[in-house]
Amino acid sequence: MSQEHLRVYEVFVRSSRGLDHKHVGSLHAESPEHALMYARDCYTRRSEGVSIWVVESKNITASKESDVEDFIDPMTDKPYRHATHYVLPDSVDNM
Amino acid sequence: MTQTHDNSTDNLEQKLAEFEQKIADEQKIEPSDWMPEAYRKNLIRQMSQHAHSEVIGMQPEGNWITRSPSLRRKAILLAKVQDEGGHGLYLYSATETLGITRSEMIEALQTRQAKYASIFNYPTLSWADIGAVGWLVDGAAIVNQISLQRTSYGPYSRAMIRICKEESFHQRQGYELMYEMAKGSAEQKQMAQDALNRFWWPSLMMFGPHDTDSAHSAQSMKWKIKRETNDDLRQKFIDQTVPQIEVLGLEMPDPELKWNEERGHYDSGEIDWEEFKQVINGNGPCNHQRLKHHIKAHEDGEWVREAVRAYRAKQKPQADNQVA
Amino acid sequence: MNEQQTNLYRFLIALADDSIVLSHRLSEWCSNAPYLEEDLALSNVALDYLGRARMFYQYAAEVEGKGRTEDDLAYHRNEREYTNLLIHELPINDFAFTMLRQFYLDVFYVKYLQKLSLSQDKMIAAIAQKAIKESRYHLKRSEPWIIQLAQGTEESLNRILVAKEELNDFIGELFDMSEWEKSLAENGISVDRESIKAEWQAYVQGFFAQSDIELDSVELRVHGGREGIHTEHLGHMLSEMQYLQRAYPGNEW
Repeated sequence: MSQEHLRVYEVFVRSSRGLDHKHVGSLHAESPEHALMYARDCYTRRSEGVSIWVVESKNITASKESDVEDFIDPMTDKPYRHATHYVLPDSVDNM
Repeated sequence: MTQTHDNSTDNLEQKLAEFEQKIADEQKIEPSDWMPEAYRKNLIRQMSQHAHSEVIGMQPEGNWITRSPSLRRKAILLAKVQDEGGHGLYLYSATETLGITRSEMIEALQTRQAKYASIFNYPTLSWADIGAVGWLVDGAAIVNQISLQRTSYGPYSRAMIRICKEESFHQRQGYELMYEMAKGSAEQKQMAQDALNRFWWPSLMMFGPHDTDSAHSAQSMKWKIKRETNDDLRQKFIDQTVPQIEVLGLEMPDPELKWNEERGHYDSGEIDWEEFKQVINGNGPCNHQRLKHHIKAHEDGEWVREAVRAYRAKQKPQADNQVA
Repeated sequence: MNEQQTNLYRFLIALADDSIVLSHRLSEWCSNAPYLEEDLALSNVALDYLGRARMFYQYAAEVEGKGRTEDDLAYHRNEREYTNLLIHELPINDFAFTMLRQFYLDVFYVKYLQKLSLSQDKMIAAIAQKAIKESRYHLKRSEPWIIQLAQGTEESLNRILVAKEELNDFIGELFDMSEWEKSLAENGISVDRESIKAEWQAYVQGFFAQSDIELDSVELRVHGGREGIHTEHLGHMLSEMQYLQRAYPGNEW
């Protein structure tokens, strides 16, 4: 049985101008150029995007669930980074 | 992306408890999260089966692309079959986040270790079958998929949301075709009735065995991979479809279909589970044909994929060394 | 219809036939491509040509003014009435053949549609302006395929060379002008195909040179498509394509 052995690329699509590129899935291709064309044919058949990024999956470095304790948790105890931390009089609370 | 599944620690029980708490809290499980091996396997089985179904499903409908009776219908059908392929791609891609490659999944399909929806082992014999497949088969699939949008595994849930968006109109499309046929000439109406009769039971079988007989149902429900039982979903499909048959003015494919005031649902006849088993176990009318077709396309493409790999190797020998 | 209209009608039918026949062939790849992504990509190309065919048929029906529809034109003419150039109707063969034909045609259409988009006929110009965007993309897709196959393995190169051999006799017809087409070209409605020949040759030759392949001389060899003289393949294609319309005349689908 022959295997495909194609490279895996992650696909990011900007759905309209002014928005972020958003991860939509992945695909198999042999080169970044091919991946880009396939992304167009496979992920934007209904004109879902105005711009596409592809990046080879192996080039993505991801954080790990097991690191959460020292990686993510320390960021959750800083309420002063959030607007709701600051109590203002009702009359100017839209600030 | 690969992740290591760290099961070696002695606090496995604690991890399982945390995992089950997440499920209980309706939090999604993401690829890098710890998950029980059985959850991962169960997902791979269900998701790859789903992906294979989309891809094999291209064949019975593709069977009519070159014979579509109008240019408009031809464009609709070609785009639809293409959508099915796209859905297969979304699902393969989501399944790969569980640490299995598409090649491995395809191999499992071609060596019959993985299954696909039995419905695609039935032949499409007339043009009305294309309507019936869109209306009934996609209709049944959507009932299932809408429920699966809430599945506990993040990538699966997101793929389902995207697929449902695209598939919702496949059913409309199929029904429109059936409606035209049912209201068309006597010959067309007869084709429509015949298609309904042939695809009705296999569509009901798509929801799987009764809950009491389902091998995977209980565990899948517990982990919220599945959100509603086979029988509940099947009933939902029957209830929504019977009035649509009435609008078509076709005869009911099952004489026992009757509204049950007390239950608030339609009653229906019993499915031929022997046939279900036969088809699932590879003895349906098109089982061999479907797999042969898939294997042939795969093997015919081998020299192409090989050429591309050879070309790549010649182009970037250094960059390639890093991959391995 | 006066003579000019008759010529215009013939021209539109010819371009529509070219497109529908090629679309039919490309759609045969659906579920048969080397991998899933390519399956979807080839289907997109098939859909582009199908869209083109419909625009040309619809306009042809309008020009004819007999109340016929795009489907009447596509499904109720026989093989002697089909006037596509033969290269479009050849069976898909293997992937090398399909992609090489596509490459030849993509190069051709990028150049041809460029000129056709300047047609004095506003509708034709508009169709060409839409179609050329598609063809530019098709060419972007077919070029890397030809390079990869030509410079891949011995087998893939061999298949490209076989395909080149098989296609060779059918290229010349792309640049052949019938009398009625000449007359339309003189009026600025159609394009002088001959004027594209040298450009096409230079482009393909230059592209092939990267892979040490030579393009054989492009001369008019096998031809007849515009007069309804086809290969034996077209009749089978049409009997498949038209089967329902023919078996149940008068039905709406």
